[in-house]
Amino acid sequence: MSVLKDQVSIVLAGEAGQGIQAIESILVAILKKSGYHFFATKEYESRVRGGINSTEIRVSSARVSAFSETIDILVTLDPKGIPHLAGRITSETLVVGETSSPGGERVTNVPFTVFAKEAGNVLYSNTVAAGLLCALLGIPAPEVEAAVEKQFARKSDEIRAGNISAAHKGYAAGEDLVKRGVISVSVKSDPAVKSDIVASGAEAVSLGALAGGCNYVCAYPMSPGTSVLSTMAGYSLETGILVEQVEDEIGVANMALGAWYAGSRALVTTSGGGFALMTEAVSLSGMIETPLVVHIAQRPGPATGLPTRTEQADLNLALFAGHGEFPRVILAPGTLSEGFDLARLAFEVADAVQIPVFILTDQYFVDTYYNTPEFNPESHPPLSHVIRTDADYLRYRLTESGISPRGVPGSGEGLVRVDSDEHDEEGNITENLELRVKMQDKRMRKTGEALKYALPPVLVGPSNYRKLVVTWGSSFGTAKEALEIARVPDTALLHFPWVHPLHPSAKAILSRADDIVLAENNSTGQFAELLLRETGVQIRKRVLQYNGMPFSVEGLAKRLSEYFAGGVK
Amino acid sequence: MSERKLFDNQPDDIAWCPGCGDFPIRNALIGALNELNLKETEVVMCSGIGQAAKMPQYIKSHMWNGLHGRGLPPATAIKAVNPGLTVIAEGGDGDMYGEGGNHLLHAIRRNPDITLFVHDNMVYGLTKGQASPTSQRGMVTPVQPAGVIAEPLNPLALAIATGATFVARGFSGNSEQLQNLMKRAIRHKGFALLDIFQPCVSFNKLNGFQWFSRNTYILDASYDPHDKLAAFAKTQEAMPYPLGVIYEEEGRSVFEESIPAYASDKTPLALRKPDMDKLRELIRRKAE
Repeated sequence: MSVLKDQVSIVLAGEAGQGIQAIESILVAILKKSGYHFFATKEYESRVRGGINSTEIRVSSARVSAFSETIDILVTLDPKGIPHLAGRITSETLVVGETSSPGGERVTNVPFTVFAKEAGNVLYSNTVAAGLLCALLGIPAPEVEAAVEKQFARKSDEIRAGNISAAHKGYAAGEDLVKRGVISVSVKSDPAVKSDIVASGAEAVSLGALAGGCNYVCAYPMSPGTSVLSTMAGYSLETGILVEQVEDEIGVANMALGAWYAGSRALVTTSGGGFALMTEAVSLSGMIETPLVVHIAQRPGPATGLPTRTEQADLNLALFAGHGEFPRVILAPGTLSEGFDLARLAFEVADAVQIPVFILTDQYFVDTYYNTPEFNPESHPPLSHVIRTDADYLRYRLTESGISPRGVPGSGEGLVRVDSDEHDEEGNITENLELRVKMQDKRMRKTGEALKYALPPVLVGPSNYRKLVVTWGSSFGTAKEALEIARVPDTALLHFPWVHPLHPSAKAILSRADDIVLAENNSTGQFAELLLRETGVQIRKRVLQYNGMPFSVEGLAKRLSEYFAGGVK
Repeated sequence: MSERKLFDNQPDDIAWCPGCGDFPIRNALIGALNELNLKETEVVMCSGIGQAAKMPQYIKSHMWNGLHGRGLPPATAIKAVNPGLTVIAEGGDGDMYGEGGNHLLHAIRRNPDITLFVHDNMVYGLTKGQASPTSQRGMVTPVQPAGVIAEPLNPLALAIATGATFVARGFSGNSEQLQNLMKRAIRHKGFALLDIFQPCVSFNKLNGFQWFSRNTYILDASYDPHDKLAAFAKTQEAMPYPLGVIYEEEGRSVFEESIPAYASDKTPLALRKPDMDKLRELIRRKAE
């Protein structure tokens, strides 16, 4: 018998199109309403039907925000789910499915399809599974019925009634497993969950962009960046923002710059391959000093790579995109609230410093969701640095800070003239090589202005640490939990949400440690190289993973322990 | 010395070759903008890269001189963000029909109320004499020593086929007609393409001023540009090529008036303040 206290990891597996998502959304709605902390993440193949996909839902008495390899309960709607997840199924895992499937000997039989047919339609199998899981979690039957009713509110009476009946059958089967002593789950609810919000990474970034004053979104669909495009499109009708699917990524970036130039705040969302096409426009942003905000949801490359999987391998792409030299800022959220805050900050910095700003997420981050305290936008609309121009306005006035006040066409008496050629203060093309040096120096001085907004790295753990684990972006939650499990003494976690240019404190914080291990989701350690370049601190111990999956708590804990034990050099 | 005309920034030095067709095109543009009684602060000249794309440098107005081939996406955005502005995109045949071809197709489909002037000299000027998308077959260049193999693009036919609502052709050697065509193109509500034949005195020895003069004729008043099929047939005429408004369609909705962003609020996006109450509502909805 599996006895699970305070947390349980449930995995749902099935073919694309089998309705795993329906189970997930019923379950999550109930968990939220019942006050359980939860975390949900999915992995899926690049296809619309068939294959095998899985969703992990961790339910916990305390906040949870990390991918775990552990599977306490596996519900397989398709027998292929078992070999697909073989590496994660242990003798402790309760595998629920239909024994008629191959490998059925490991399976605790619940005849989903039979129950579903009895309820009216074989398609209701997923609702049977949802009912079963609710019973295992000890959620009262009336709450389950209410949630199923709500889920199918817009469907016909027949479909709604059928699904409720299916949920009851699943629920009874679950109760039976509990009575028979097959499994026992006890997770405590927390009243804080009720006032929490539930958001995905894509939603956090989208809402943060709105908080930053974004009112124009340009994109060409590409997984996993599309999730922000569709989220913003979903908000567009009631917020009045302009969301345009552009003909190609080159058009996307140039259109976004045009929007900023004319006084809008535009967001670009894409993935590495799409962003690669935008790099000339990134350079244009640097030259004409027109702000740009680009969200890059990373996936494994090179080229088409693994379209629906995750990786953190486009840091160098964002860092070096665009010919010539110009300042930029790179942000990488590790939590949903950072996703919101950094997307907002991206617009603030881009507008203030007139540079391109990148928000680097990845498939794992954008597709993951959990309950989190309500995002807190500023009470006032974001400050705009756009000025009203005078008749003698000079777009590229040479200033001490490097920032030339930015006007927009139609606001004031001046003319706003921007040119991608080297230009004088008015925007006229120049071949005056002394002026060229002055203009280049002016542009580069803005790095100092950008640094005024820089966030220090986040330290979690003892302030008198001797060892450090370093992460950036989406690995934060997993590294935090991994370190709790690994129990390496005198060790703190250092997470970088602001990736470039590094906050001036980074060097001292890193230098205080005797031993540093860096964990990132790529095969070369791109962030380690960035840290070396910007702080002089060299990190040779690198925990790297590039199999398309995010780090797991267990996997990372094991590797960190090994590194610190000195077993791995 | 005559008083400065509006839109003439009286540049000390212009990068075009002496005798280039760009000069009369610039004069016609300044004339057209003055006759339309526009203010310099109301006009945005938007371009990519090339000799023709330098036009915004020599016009006193707002200016966007961006990347090669990429004049239309920013022009579309500028108009959408501030519909009160008059937005004119301008470039050469390589810039707009070659490098920027995809943007042209989709700008036509969106139908923003912007104007596109394409200097069509059938050759690449700034890169010194290679074939352009409108170069005639057999034209020998340093890069096409055996002559151009590809069929020249017919921009007027392409524009009509793609759904453009104003398609015209002018000639830099016929300033009066050109200035009128520019005025009509700017006044037209919707995407307007004006292809402008223009000799390149430095690099196109095949299609010079005499060649264009001999091989063009002005459409007379009997031609009705509102019949789409007849207009398409007109685009197939060559040697001589017709000059004038080939196709015109009124009443098609334009991009910046069709987008939901302006459905209930006509305030230009450029002037809007974000609605923080709505944002808080969106966030709170996530707690349900």
